[in-house]
This record gives sequence, C-alpha cells and structure tokens, in this order.
Amino acid sequence: MAEAAGIKASMAGASSAGGVGSGGPRTEAQPPPAGPPEPTTGPVAESTEVMTVNIGPHHPATHGVLRLVVDLEGEVVRDLKPVIGYVHTGIEKSCEDKSYWKVIPFVERMDYVSYFFQMEAFCGAVERLIELEIPPRAKYLRTIFLELNRIHSHLVWLGTTALDLGAISMLWYCFRERERILDLFEMAAGQRMHTRYFQVGGVIEDIPRGFEQKLRSFVEDMPVRVGQYQALLDRNEVFLSRTKGTGIVSRERLLELGVTGPLLRAAGEPWDLRKAFDYLAYPEMDFKIPVGTVGDNYDRYRVRVAEMVESTRIIEQALDALPEGPFIAEDRKYVLPPRSELSTSMESLIHHFKLVTEGYRVGPGELYYAIESPRGELGCFVLADGSAKPSRVHFRDPSFVNLQAFRDMSVGSYIADMICSLGMLDPILGGVDR
Amino acid sequence: MPDAPGLELIRGAIEQDNPGAVLDTGFEHGCASLAIDPEQLLAVLGWLRDAPGQGYRFLSSLHAADYLPAEPRFAVHYELLNRDRVERLRVKALLADPAAAVAERTDSAAVGVEAGGPAGGAVAPFSTPPTPRQPQRDGDEGQLLPEIDSCVELFPTAEFQEREAFDFFGIVFRGHPDLRRILLPDDYVGWPQRRDFPVGGEPVTFTYNERNYG
Repeated sequence: MAEAAGIKASMAGASSAGGVGSGGPRTEAQPPPAGPPEPTTGPVAESTEVMTVNIGPHHPATHGVLRLVVDLEGEVVRDLKPVIGYVHTGIEKSCEDKSYWKVIPFVERMDYVSYFFQMEAFCGAVERLIELEIPPRAKYLRTIFLELNRIHSHLVWLGTTALDLGAISMLWYCFRERERILDLFEMAAGQRMHTRYFQVGGVIEDIPRGFEQKLRSFVEDMPVRVGQYQALLDRNEVFLSRTKGTGIVSRERLLELGVTGPLLRAAGEPWDLRKAFDYLAYPEMDFKIPVGTVGDNYDRYRVRVAEMVESTRIIEQALDALPEGPFIAEDRKYVLPPRSELSTSMESLIHHFKLVTEGYRVGPGELYYAIESPRGELGCFVLADGSAKPSRVHFRDPSFVNLQAFRDMSVGSYIADMICSLGMLDPILGGVDR
Repeated sequence: MPDAPGLELIRGAIEQDNPGAVLDTGFEHGCASLAIDPEQLLAVLGWLRDAPGQGYRFLSSLHAADYLPAEPRFAVHYELLNRDRVERLRVKALLADPAAAVAERTDSAAVGVEAGGPAGGAVAPFSTPPTPRQPQRDGDEGQLLPEIDSCVELFPTAEFQEREAFDFFGIVFRGHPDLRRILLPDDYVGWPQRRDFPVGGEPVTFTYNERNYG
C-alpha cells in the first residue's frame, strides 16, 4: 500500500506540474523503472479484497465509449474485460443497401480519425475486383493524403494520451498542427473531415493551386514540431515514469493476438504492410520503419513519433515525384465523366445518368485488401454478387483486434498504468464498433 | 500469394492426411483460396500453420459471409498470412443452414419463417412489439444454427472476431471460451447481417408511432 501511496503522490505531481518541461536533464540518471508490484508474493496486505470497478463507457480516459470492467486488488489490476458495442451503427449492413460509390462516405465514418485509410481500403478492394488501374498521379495523391492522415491520426493520439498523463499543453500543440492538416484537407476536398476524396478509379479532384506550397511549408515545419514535442515529453519525469517499463507484452504474444501496427513494431517486429505489399506509390518511396526494443509504452510513444517524421519524408518525396496526367481513371463505365462534357456529349450524359442512378455493376467475386493504417492492418473484404450493390462489406479494423491485447498489457499493473496503456493502445471506438 | 500450381500442391498435401478436406480451390484477382469441409477445419488450419514449408502463422482476419441464394449458404473466411514469404491464403469453410434443411423436410410453406428466424424473413417493423426478449442461442425458439469448430486455440486473435461472426450471422463456434454477442446488446433477437434480415427491420420500442400511425 505504501507504493500505492507513492503513485498517488506522483499523480498529484503530474497535475500540478502541468506535465510539460518539468523535468531537468535527469533522463539518463534516472534509476530503471520498478516493475509492476506483486502483492501476492510480498507481505500480506491487511485486506486483499478484490473489487470490481466499472470504468466508462462515458469516461474521458477511455477515448470514446469503451467500457472496462476491472477487477482491482488495491490499486492493482487483476482482471479486465472490455465491453464494446456502444457506438455500433450497423455500417456494414447499411453498405449492403448502397451502390458502390455511395458506400465510400459510409465507411469513412467507421474510424473517424483515419478516414482516408478506410476510403483507400474500400476503393482499393473494388478497383481490384473490377481490375481498374488507377493513373500514377492518383496513386501519388492518395499516398500524400494517406500520410497526411497518418500524421493527423498520430497527432490526435499524442495530444490525448499526453493529456491523460497530465501533460495538458501537448494537446494544444498537437491540435495546432492538426489544424494545418485539416486546412489542407479542406483546400483539396472541401471538407475537413470525412472528405470523400478518394473515388473508385482515383481521386475526385486535382489538388488546387497553392496547395503544394502550403503542403511544402507544413512538411518543412513538421519535423521541427515533432522535435519540440519530444523535447517536452522526453525529459518529463512524470511521463517517463508512467510509460517506461509499463504495459509490456512480448512480441510472440502480440503476434498470437493478431496485433499489428505501431504496437507490434514497438515490440521489435519490423512488420509494415507499406513495405511488405505493393500498393499505391509506396514501392517508390524511401522510408524507414521505426521499431522499438522492449515493447513498453515508452517504445510505443517513440515509434509513433518517429513514424510522423517518416511520413513527412514520404510526402516530400511524393510531392517531388508527383507525375502529371489525369487524376482519375478514364474508364467511363466506372468513373463519372467531367462536368464540361455533359453539355456537349450525348454519350457522356448517358454514362453520367447510368452511374448516378444505378451505379456500376461489379462482377461476382470476393476480395480482401489490406493496407497499413495508423493503427495496424486495416483490411476490407468486399463480396460482390454481380449487382450494383455490394453483397457484403467487412472491415478488419485494427482497433478491434488490437483491443484483445489490452488485458495482457494491463493485468498486474497499477490502474494508472492501465489508463496509460489504453492511451498507447490508441483504439478508436468508432472503428471498433463500426 | 501462392500461385495456382502452388495452391494445387497445398491441396494435394492436405488431401494426403485428410482426404476430402479440400472441396475446391479458387484463384481470382490474384487471391488464392481453399474451400474446405468445415468438419476438418482445425486439421487444415493447424497443418497450414505448423507444417514445415507452410508457416501461415498469422490470422489476419476472420469474417463470415452469407451467399444467400447459393447452397451451402454461409461461409467463414480465414485470411491467413505467411509473414516470411508475404503470402496470403484464404481458407473458406462452407456451412449449410440447418434451419433451411429442417424446414424443407417438414413443410415447404414454413421455409420463410424457419429460415429467417424470428426476426428475419417477413417481419413487420411496427406491428408487433418484441414481447419476450431473451438471449438467443442455438436451439432457442426452435431455430437451428450452423456450427463450426472454434480456432481460438490455434489463433487466439480469433476470439473477438468469432464472437462478431456469431453476433451478426448466428454461426456457433464450438469450443469458443466466451461466445456471447459482442457489438449488439445481449438481448438482441436475430442475426442482422444475414441477407434475409431486412435493413430497417428493427422493431422500434416507442409506442407513439404505433398508436398514431400504426
């Protein structure tokens, strides 16, 4: 119980210090973090009563509507059950009632922080089903927007997780940069979130004039900003003692549980679908896969922060190599004709009418297409029955699968470390529940 | 992906130990798939995971699908991944709907009611409020559910995904440690992702509409 009191004191310190810049150059001299306490082996505490506590679904630290039923012994988590489904909206079922191009805005709303990835997973799956090749410019534009979205998603994660640990100012800094990304989305697509920018066959519009300069200035600034975040957090005593050595799960166990993405890479497994599979412009890009060593929460933080810098490198290269040409495929059976043609070409008008009313038909077939989202392998399974509506759309959401590792991350640790582990797990409940 | 001849080699090797396990092989859009007999699922998955030279040790995704007019109607898909060779392989376990088989035997007129279950088929959204809302499992209310072995022992990642397939398709995974609904409420009736479950067929529990417009 004495240790528990110490933790409480350090939490109190977290809130009063505001969490930022409170450490000195103490990082290296710090003693190695003490592992999770094991009251069963130590002197018997006065009371070993196990208490079941319900956390959530409406708790700010659960990052959405996640409910946790936690068995506590003192402050130590003994068992844990996540209860999900509070934002289930039946998107997969609704998709079966929409023609293919109308499914895109639906699937964007699953994981509402990484919407471009959902679009790419679905559009990519349909393109492979109808064997439609997308033009090179579209590939590069998609790569740019996916990586921007990855930075955006990691910024939201960093801001909110640091907030959980008491570093309030991180949230403002992260959301300041996020705002610039949303401005870029708005400039290109007209929407800040849920842009419906990717279409089957390419992207809906070319990037506007002035976009490139704005993006370049963002890409130049971003590595500096990431350095500033690290300067704020890497010497923050509270942040370090809260993250180092907590939430460790072995690499083998993570693989058994199907965990992918930064969580797996933090445990030292260099597995990234952008490198492993050939999609979009990633084969032409030169970037590294950051990996951790221990697989604790600190490594998870370091991996994601390093990924942001790698993403800016990808965007830079894609901008430099951005090919000229059409931004969407020319196949009129699947792609809307340009607006200007409608008043002059009868054929275009017919295609337009067919596409907007019935939509295009996709021949019978089924396909699973997976991409690397900010949270791991995002797979989309599309079953086509030959009609203009998909017979089944299923998303293998990384948050949903990764959540299974949460019990392993938390059992035996303090409840405060559990909150930290949950933040580092980075589940998006819209994606979990779909 | 294993190419088409590679797929036939896999099929041959599986057939050696488990004759009749592989029903069909498919190779479309660059994706290889094996359709297998659901009774031999664990043997096939275990062989693909552990046999030397195979090494499909990562289960990317497990999901169910309903091919309604076709027979057998359901399929559980296992998207396996070999991370060393970067190859994907889909294993499809085809499952017939036992409710339809029973209905066919007893009375052809009852097919619509039996196959769709209490909430499927021809349901009138507002006319009948859901009277007894009980957690429904196989056998409840006389509905038979398709069954398949759970692969949680082989791939622990399947736990949530099998619960999801049970939740939405009513496929029972034998030997699953905790087979409950996962995304829908525990007292939900029906299997909403089946193709004969209507969109918007959820009975609304407010009585206002029924009283005034029903």
